[in-house]
Amino acid sequence: MITAGIDMGSKTVKVVIIRDGEIIGKAKTLAGFEAGGAAEQAFAQALDEAGIAIDDVEAIVATGAGRKNAPYSTRDITEVGGDARGVIRLFPSARTVLDVGAEEGRAIRCTEDGKVLDFALNEKCAAGAGAFTESMSRALEVPVEELGPMSLKSTKSIPMNAQCAVFAESEVVTLVHLKTPKPDIARAVHDAIASRIVSLARKVGYEPDVVLIGGVAHNPGFVDSLERALECKVIIPENPEFIGAYGAALAAAEA
Amino acid sequence: MVEYWRWKEYRWHDESKDWRKGEFITAGVDVGSVSSQALVVVDGELYSFSNMRTGSDSPESARKAMAWALEGTGMTLDDIGFVVGTGYGRVNVPFSNKAITEIACHARGANYMYGSSVRTVLDMGGQDCKVIRCDEKGKVTAFAMNDKCAAGTGRGMEVFADLLAIPIEEVGELSLQVDEEPEPVSSTCVVFAKSEATGLLREGWPKSKVLAAYCSAMAHRIVTLLEQVGIEKEFAITGGIGKNIGVVKRLEDEIGIKALPPTYDTQIAGALGAALFAQNLLKKKLAEASKT
Amino acid sequence: MKAHYGYKDGSGDWFIIIDTDKCVECDDRGCVPACPWDVLEIILDDYDDEVCAVVEDQRKKIKYSCAPCKPDRDRPPLPCVAACPYDALEHSW
Repeated sequence: MITAGIDMGSKTVKVVIIRDGEIIGKAKTLAGFEAGGAAEQAFAQALDEAGIAIDDVEAIVATGAGRKNAPYSTRDITEVGGDARGVIRLFPSARTVLDVGAEEGRAIRCTEDGKVLDFALNEKCAAGAGAFTESMSRALEVPVEELGPMSLKSTKSIPMNAQCAVFAESEVVTLVHLKTPKPDIARAVHDAIASRIVSLARKVGYEPDVVLIGGVAHNPGFVDSLERALECKVIIPENPEFIGAYGAALAAAEA
Repeated sequence: MVEYWRWKEYRWHDESKDWRKGEFITAGVDVGSVSSQALVVVDGELYSFSNMRTGSDSPESARKAMAWALEGTGMTLDDIGFVVGTGYGRVNVPFSNKAITEIACHARGANYMYGSSVRTVLDMGGQDCKVIRCDEKGKVTAFAMNDKCAAGTGRGMEVFADLLAIPIEEVGELSLQVDEEPEPVSSTCVVFAKSEATGLLREGWPKSKVLAAYCSAMAHRIVTLLEQVGIEKEFAITGGIGKNIGVVKRLEDEIGIKALPPTYDTQIAGALGAALFAQNLLKKKLAEASKT
Repeated sequence: MKAHYGYKDGSGDWFIIIDTDKCVECDDRGCVPACPWDVLEIILDDYDDEVCAVVEDQRKKIKYSCAPCKPDRDRPPLPCVAACPYDALEHSW
């Protein structure tokens, strides 16, 4: 059975097409200001990769912040539901899912069946999500992809007082002024986001195995900070940002 | 390159007064995360003050602000009997005799600026937002301070001024130039509100409408903090945002109470309160010294 | 005075409210050791009174610091509130 999932994220739209649980096509586009159009584009790309036509897809489920505005889908599920399903399918031993996206951070506790036991959201605040690294990379004047590797070169941990991305930007500018080495600042930025995610994790009570998904999982600096703060290793799937859409596609196959 | 968020720094002193005839000369220095003020009070009357951007070094900012407040007056630091530091950087005012929180200082300052009928003071600073309830003497009876989040602070407004390329002093007026009040921006977070605003501009919204939507969201956010502590008349506003008529008017409309009109620069409340505390402490100190 | 310590952000309003006029009467100060997370301490305020306050470092994260004492169901009385003989402490959530 071929099904698809569309994850209408705040920054990017992800589409995953599966056949009997295996991914056969996937694509990602920037949501921009016209997320519906972006989704159609991503869908076409995924179909292309899978080598099938849209009529071959039997069911489509949407998820993500903009799920009510997704094209093609017949129903939608919450991000929490999508994440849990997607992760358990790939890692049956997972019991905690941490999802750090562009505008949202989530901690989910799940059972071995992929059912959600508890979850905590850190939405509406840029400081607990990818948007924070973006504004910090601007303040440090480095491309955002370099922030992770740069922070791994840090030799010292410095505290960051600001809790808000806007204030942190001023704080970073001051630190740069005072000639603080950029790797140390980058590490402080990652430590700050990690501590927020760990607060969410503590709220639901985390237990291994802990799986990290979402776009920010690509950032090695953040992963390092997170593992230090959690005091345990995290599992990161290949294509961590597609897991929500994957879970939605699995949900489409269930019904 | 124009920096739209950069408001004008300035100083002032009372040229009609001869401070040498004064008995108690005290100063207050308010080092905030965004701006710093230094202020001199002579025998309970405001004499001089300065308002400038806080640099990366707090002690240096305190020194500069103080020097600027004294410029052209002939007064030096040695002539000042007692200095109180306040604000976020209060522990970093090297020449201060004591540090007092900005909560207590704002209440005291507002009491001077608006009179003894003030009971609720809203201070919106560069990186925080405070609601302070006080009695007729300017003593604090309740307070709440939010400095975690940029929404509802001066920095939040600076981000928007920058985004729309409008000098910050003009933001308030411009936001009122709308025929119909638009829906407020839905994001409470400044970072997300900024993306939302970019989208609105693309849809063809004029800058005035975008500002109106933002000021409206800011005002609503502040109102919830006010309601947390409770509002009792008379109501007064201090801090930089007091100069933003776009936020002030919308706030007044939502709570149904008019703020007392300012006759002093709203940004000096902290330093003024500090200087007045300094006067009390100086009198106490001299009284105790004369006993021994 | 009623001191509200905490913050407000996109996720809500999180404040611990301490009535310091009542605090001043207290000799016991049982609230401080009652908190399992060291959120409270005794400070000298601006008016030179020794009163209870939320530790500075905790003020911007009390939502999370207090979370362990606030399960969604069957919430027992909060230890800090129960320890105060003058009803000076309350939580906004």
